[in-house]
Amino acid sequence: MAEVLGRSKALAVSPLKTSQPLGASLAVLGLNRAMPLLHGAQGCTAFAKVFLVRHFREPIPLQSTAMDQVSSIMGADDNLIAALKTIAEKNRPSAIGLLTTGLSETQGTDIHRVLKVFRARHPEFQNVRIVPVNTPDFSGCLESGFAAAVQAMIAEWVPTAADAGTGPGRRPHQVNVLCGSLLTPGDLEALRELIERFGLHPVLIPDLSDSLDGHLDAEDFSPITIGGTPLSAFATLGDAAATLVIGPSLYPAAELLESRTGVPVHRFDHLLGLDANDRLVMTLAGIAGRTVPARLERQRAQLQDALLDTHFLLGQARIALGADPDLLHAFSELLAETGAEIVAAVASSRAPVLSRTPLSQVRIGDLEDLEDLARAHGAELVISNSHAAETAERLGIPLLRAGIPQYDRIGGYQRTWIGYGGSRQLLFDLANALLEQAEHGVTPYHSIYSRKADSRQEASHGAPQAFANSDRWH
Amino acid sequence: MKTSELAALLNEPACAHNLKSKSGCARPTPGATAGGCTFDGAQIALLPIADVAHIVHGPSGCAGSSWDNRGTRSSGPTLFKIGMTTDLSEQDVIMGRGEKRLFHAVKQAIDRYSPAAVFVYSTCVTALIGDDLEAVCKAATQRWNVPVIPVDAAGFYGNKNLGNRLAGEAMIKYVVGTREPEPAPVDPARPDLRVHDINLIGEYNIAGEFWHTLPLFDELGLRVLSTLSGDTRFHEVQTMHRAEATMVVCSRAMLNVARKLREQFGIPWFEGSFYGIGDVSNALRDFARLLDDAELSARTEALIAREETQLAVELAPWRERLRGKRVLLYTGGVKSWSIVAALQDLGMHVVATGTKKSTEEDKERIKALMGEDAKMIEDGNARQLLNLAREYQADILIAGGRNQYTALKARLPFLDVNQEREHGYAGYQGMLTLARQLTRALENPIWEAVRRPAPWTTTLREVSHG
Repeated sequence: MAEVLGRSKALAVSPLKTSQPLGASLAVLGLNRAMPLLHGAQGCTAFAKVFLVRHFREPIPLQSTAMDQVSSIMGADDNLIAALKTIAEKNRPSAIGLLTTGLSETQGTDIHRVLKVFRARHPEFQNVRIVPVNTPDFSGCLESGFAAAVQAMIAEWVPTAADAGTGPGRRPHQVNVLCGSLLTPGDLEALRELIERFGLHPVLIPDLSDSLDGHLDAEDFSPITIGGTPLSAFATLGDAAATLVIGPSLYPAAELLESRTGVPVHRFDHLLGLDANDRLVMTLAGIAGRTVPARLERQRAQLQDALLDTHFLLGQARIALGADPDLLHAFSELLAETGAEIVAAVASSRAPVLSRTPLSQVRIGDLEDLEDLARAHGAELVISNSHAAETAERLGIPLLRAGIPQYDRIGGYQRTWIGYGGSRQLLFDLANALLEQAEHGVTPYHSIYSRKADSRQEASHGAPQAFANSDRWH
Repeated sequence: MKTSELAALLNEPACAHNLKSKSGCARPTPGATAGGCTFDGAQIALLPIADVAHIVHGPSGCAGSSWDNRGTRSSGPTLFKIGMTTDLSEQDVIMGRGEKRLFHAVKQAIDRYSPAAVFVYSTCVTALIGDDLEAVCKAATQRWNVPVIPVDAAGFYGNKNLGNRLAGEAMIKYVVGTREPEPAPVDPARPDLRVHDINLIGEYNIAGEFWHTLPLFDELGLRVLSTLSGDTRFHEVQTMHRAEATMVVCSRAMLNVARKLREQFGIPWFEGSFYGIGDVSNALRDFARLLDDAELSARTEALIAREETQLAVELAPWRERLRGKRVLLYTGGVKSWSIVAALQDLGMHVVATGTKKSTEEDKERIKALMGEDAKMIEDGNARQLLNLAREYQADILIAGGRNQYTALKARLPFLDVNQEREHGYAGYQGMLTLARQLTRALENPIWEAVRRPAPWTTTLREVSHG
């Protein structure tokens, strides 16, 4: 429905976009005992690492092929092979995500070929699984890089039903869940619990709620991830009863999984608000062949009550929204459900979902674009990542931090947005932000005839007393 | 950038230990490397120049994940905090549209933000496709009559340290000496005071810490022409050639700037630090010595005596609490020794210090402070740091933000001393902040709580043992 307006400027100011390699790294961090490896200069890794550390407040395993001036020009295949060997030897991971960058893509690296060379040269590391993903900085965004990595994992590690002898429903309680980058570790935790309520066993791919949920491990240090989807899970996906996919960016990955395994796919653009969660709950009840637990009915009723309590504030509220496409779409649908108006919408990058988002216009751009649109259309609230803090400050309106990065708040990564409960809290937070800001009612009018005596009273505090002592009381 | 030019930068002649292997040219190991790239270093060095539009010419990865993450503060303009990038698309790279996009990008920045100057940083991709940064900047300067300065410091040239030098080189080549300073304002309270102009190099004003020291310079009658680059302005950098003395503050990475200021303009320089009581006092004395002004020397000694006496009183209770605590210090360059001095001032015991980015000179100073057999950590990966902490029974790890969670996950107290930190530790007053933050980390009751196992696990163990 939305008209998608392309980038209109030579210069991106206050970038909204985070790059593809970073998104792909994040997906790899959702695998157990894994290490993402960026094929690029050491800065590609250092920046991504600092970025993720600041968001999650966790140590982040991330390595670099450390391309230098010579290898950038003469070829960096040797760097790549050396890096794989070093990581396999030193860190003994189960999986390595081999991700390209703008530098190695411009150079024209062929990671698939180099990986074959590595395999031939180093058979001793054959049990280290390696997933190669092309993620140049100069296209896409965090979300598309994340999606590309998930798709590559399925392409590399999920065998076809014919080859592996898997069949849908052989594990009647298993539900595969492809989790898009719009979900936080807190969301994944809530989703897992919801699915388990139906007696089902969820396999989350990738599972950031097991690796980056912020827990204190018994071990004092690990150079690789300390949780996440176990690699062994990929071989079982073909036996599941169903696959859920959350986030349109992962629909191509879900299609690939379906074509490999025949396991039926249920698509969810997002899990915000009443409508999306009703669909999820009905789907789970169908898969499990069970009735909906009473507890969920109560949570649903709580969400409905919150819709009532907040509608005075959220109805016609004017919102400015800046995010990656999936998250932008998710908020657009939620806000449409509450009667709010999105007066400024900026996405970091193009994606098919934007054309069916319930908005009149979406601009591909940066936070400067968002600020201009928000100012022009009188926005009352900004929803975006922490980078928009100064945008909101200049606009003089509140910011609800959503997406990545969130470095100026603690615990942003673990917030639960989804489900009936998460959606309810989201409505409260939106309403409260508006409440704090709002100046309700009519500006006081000072009449020229019926003038108040305020100024006189302020001048002489004795006035009321004088009245009390006046003759009238005698 | 030509290989010969890079080699010349790595071969810093002002470095007394030039025959040893150079910190700028250590080749990183693929698969086992940590630390930023040359572009990162250049950006760190120059980004604090507050009224400049800093444009990163490259794809989104370089600026997209690095803007708005520095702890440097400005007392005025905030333009430097606005991330700007040409955000090259695939088509730009394939079709060679980078230069054209950059040219328009510069115009856009000038039109909307009226910057004092525009700095353009090259990145790996634009260096590899051969965008002629210098030509675009020259054309843009002529077209719009605003200085547009190329900073050719692509990531793959090397490490951060090299980026610092390249940034300094760009300032010397294009900026320093292009304007004369205004006459120094007269302090009505001291109309006859002889005011001297000085430079600092590498004072980044992290968390505003230079504002602890700047009032002292005012009191002494020293005008800081530029800090290169904390809370400085473009016009200040332009006038650095008129200083009478230069202090190199943070690491010897920008030694090339100090050396060229001396070669080209005869400005004497020294190296110092604002961390630790002795170092602050020494820095002030060194200025007085280089400026050769008897009245200034007298003022300096009086100020030092007053500040040190006062600080000793204020620090006494903190020293009591910190005495004998064991510190594992892992930080780069000049901080490897300057923070040692500060911690020793507080009565703490530094058991080991990192020297990865330190020069030979830095290492000499460490030995002078910590003794000949001082433990130096050349390459401290997380595992190694934790092992050392255990071996030396360290009470706290003091390092950069990168290692914060290494320490915390091992339930080891931690203090951040790098550029992302929230607190200013420089100057006499900074010592109090440092002491406060150290006790805040060390004395917190959480350490017992986070080390305590869940009660049911101990119960189970007791049962199974019983």
